[in-house]
Amino acid sequence: MKLKSLLATLALTTALTLPGLAMARPVTLTTTLNTYGGDGAYLALYVTDASGAYVGSLWMAGDKSKYYEHLSDWYRATGGDTAQVNGITGASVGAGRTLEITLDLADALFDAGYTLHIDAAVEDMRDSPNEVAVPLTTAGAGTSVTGRRYIASFAYDM
Amino acid sequence: MIRALHRWPGLLALALVTVLSLSGAALSVFPAAERIAAPQAEAGMTVATLADRIQGTYPGVEQIRRAPSGRITAYWFDQGTPGAAVVDPATGQGAASADPNQTQRWLTNLHRSLFLGDGGRIAMAVGAAAMLVLALAGFLLVTRRVCGWRNWFTRLRGPLAGRLHVEIARIAVVGLVLSSTTALWMAASTFDLLPGGGVPAMPVEVSGETGFAPGQMLLLVETPVDELRELSFPYPGDATDVFTLKTDRGTGYLDQGTGALLAWTDLTGWERVSETIYMLHTGQGAATLGLVLGLMALGVPTMGVTGVVVWLAGRRGRPRIRGNQPAGRAETILLVGSEGGSTWGFAATLHAALTQAGQRVHTAPMSAFAPERYAAANRIIVLAATYGDGAAPASAKGFLDRLAAADRAPDAPMAVLGFGDRSFPAYCAFAKAVAAAAEAKGWPQLMAIDFIDRQSPQDFARWGRALGDAMGVDLELSHEPIRPATETLTLVSRRDHGAEVQAPSAILRFALPRAALWQRLVGAGFARFDAGDLIGILPEGSPLPRLYSLASARRDGFIEIVVKKHPGGLASGQFTALEPGDTVTAFLRRNPGFRPGRGRAPLILIGAGTGIGPLAGFVRGNARQRPVHLFFGMRHPDSDFFYGEELRVWQSEGRLTRLVTAVSRGTKPYYVQDALRGDAALVAQLIRDGARVMVCGGRDMAAGVADALAEILAPTGLTPAALKTEGRYVEDVY
Repeated sequence: MKLKSLLATLALTTALTLPGLAMARPVTLTTTLNTYGGDGAYLALYVTDASGAYVGSLWMAGDKSKYYEHLSDWYRATGGDTAQVNGITGASVGAGRTLEITLDLADALFDAGYTLHIDAAVEDMRDSPNEVAVPLTTAGAGTSVTGRRYIASFAYDM
Repeated sequence: MIRALHRWPGLLALALVTVLSLSGAALSVFPAAERIAAPQAEAGMTVATLADRIQGTYPGVEQIRRAPSGRITAYWFDQGTPGAAVVDPATGQGAASADPNQTQRWLTNLHRSLFLGDGGRIAMAVGAAAMLVLALAGFLLVTRRVCGWRNWFTRLRGPLAGRLHVEIARIAVVGLVLSSTTALWMAASTFDLLPGGGVPAMPVEVSGETGFAPGQMLLLVETPVDELRELSFPYPGDATDVFTLKTDRGTGYLDQGTGALLAWTDLTGWERVSETIYMLHTGQGAATLGLVLGLMALGVPTMGVTGVVVWLAGRRGRPRIRGNQPAGRAETILLVGSEGGSTWGFAATLHAALTQAGQRVHTAPMSAFAPERYAAANRIIVLAATYGDGAAPASAKGFLDRLAAADRAPDAPMAVLGFGDRSFPAYCAFAKAVAAAAEAKGWPQLMAIDFIDRQSPQDFARWGRALGDAMGVDLELSHEPIRPATETLTLVSRRDHGAEVQAPSAILRFALPRAALWQRLVGAGFARFDAGDLIGILPEGSPLPRLYSLASARRDGFIEIVVKKHPGGLASGQFTALEPGDTVTAFLRRNPGFRPGRGRAPLILIGAGTGIGPLAGFVRGNARQRPVHLFFGMRHPDSDFFYGEELRVWQSEGRLTRLVTAVSRGTKPYYVQDALRGDAALVAQLIRDGARVMVCGGRDMAAGVADALAEILAPTGLTPAALKTEGRYVEDVY
């Protein structure tokens, strides 16, 4: 799944009151799931600041809002507000499949203490909030990390 | 209208509802199995105890969930490795794998989306909607058919497919309405068409401490395991995180340093409704109900097949009207009020006969009644069936309203012919209502109202002659209710009689033809017949079938008739010359008007000559030993005493109570009506006790019997005519 020049940055930039939108770069987020033996996984990709406060969402894989409560950290942070993922929602991701998203992310998000989180949930299986939590740094780009339960590898590339 | 609402969703969504119901029935087993297999918490056990035990076994526990079945699942991390197990609450130890059941998962995805994502979900929702419409329209149809919901479980008549369809439906309809309604609710919820629930705000203030044991927390000590849904533990090392408790009542947060309740939100009424609906649909938390619903869903494929069979039979039953004239040019207007299509068959016969007699005829449903268009009409004939307890049949809807709304009745005189079943109280009630409305409107009458009982071709032919008289034409109506599909029958044996009395006759026995599965389902052809039904045999060299009364029922395992050779008769000559191994081309025609019926009331069977055939069949089939009195007239006991040997055996078996014979050849002719008179006291007594009289034989004999019975019954105040109206005096006369 490839999405070019997505304006997902809007939510982030307004929250961060960045000086301008011009200073952004395309970032590719690649999430590969392991074969956990269940239905498609719901994934919420979002960012928190250095204090751990929710800043904004990057992507929501899974379009039935009634299941969002199982993405429990994201749900608690946003109150389940679907406006947070308007326009940045796609299908859930099947076991063993890869989700690849490309977005324009503000430069200011990098090397400034922000953390990218992924909450995951699968029907009739465990909820896995904070499945992945990686600091957003330029040095960390391209480094693959493993999730706690469902994510075989996650990496962001610039 | 309602029938269309039942037919079209049924035919169009047949595949969908079949998949839905079969997968649903299969899924209904899982909650019950889970309920049985899952280790249950002992009564009164608290969440605190459960959490304590599980934490003792799995120190890295993150979440404990309790399914409505009572199954408790724990999720933990052990040195960075995720783990999950179904836990025995008595020990806190893992008891079984927590991995989802792959079969159940596969079935669930089939059931809700055909593995096709949102498109599939919408398709299945449409299937559920079709199921709901089918169930509701079906409910109305059955209610109408049995004359009100009070008679919901009344006994049904008719071919097997239709009976089976309604038998299953009237039990399963409750479950199907429930399952399809809840399905639509759940689909609407999935597509965010319904409002969701609220979420408790995350507490801002926490103690900042950690390490309070969940086993000591007051709320957990007070909450029984039975109410638990989910208990989530805080992240290790995150002092700002909390315990989250979800129960049947709501959601709350507990401080991990003090055990205090930080926030609580009750379930909203809306959430409760949604959860109840989820439970009703899935059976999760109501396993027995789930199984019952699953069983009811299993009826759907059978109803689908029988429904299609009924539909096809209805289509076959409605013939094409050939040479239908425009309404404005027709001299005779035929208006048809038919429910199942059989009255259309009579209309087609009448249409053809009138056309052959040189008439221009327009045939239309009664619902298309348009008197202003009948410019050239000399007469209007209404053929009207009745639905339920006197309602208009499908093709006559609105007729009475149109007639009432018309300024004046048409000038062309009208005749009403009612079609019905005398055994129902509302016999031809709609036809009578039409006649009454016509009279009230001042519509001139061509002929008095007349009736056809149970599609009797004889009644119809008689009425046709009267119509011909009224019109001044010669009208011979030879009606075959359904164009018969013929089968080839092979003679297996023949027994000859009557040669000595110049009446060569034979009892012919044919082998049962093989019935295809669909024939058995529909009860078509020789797949279902009783003694007294008619068999039409096509002689070689003539397209006109000859009808004989059957002397056997299907369960006897053979087809038997009694045939007399008429001098110079083409057909009877051929048939009485058949040898075993020879074949004939034949079809079955039902004769529901000539049946002994159920019950224990005595039967008085009266027949002469070959008329003994169906009567012997009734006796042979009388395994329940109902009292049967047989009056049998013959020429000479040594010659045409058909079934003489068997009758003695049947009498010894209790199938025949009494046999009275009358012999006409001798010094003093003695006929069967004389035998009746000789037994007058007994016959009168039997009839007073509710006996049913069945007469089979020649016209003269039948007339003689009617006269004799009139004499016999005179002292009792009863008449043969009154008995006929009650359906207690039936004739099969040729």
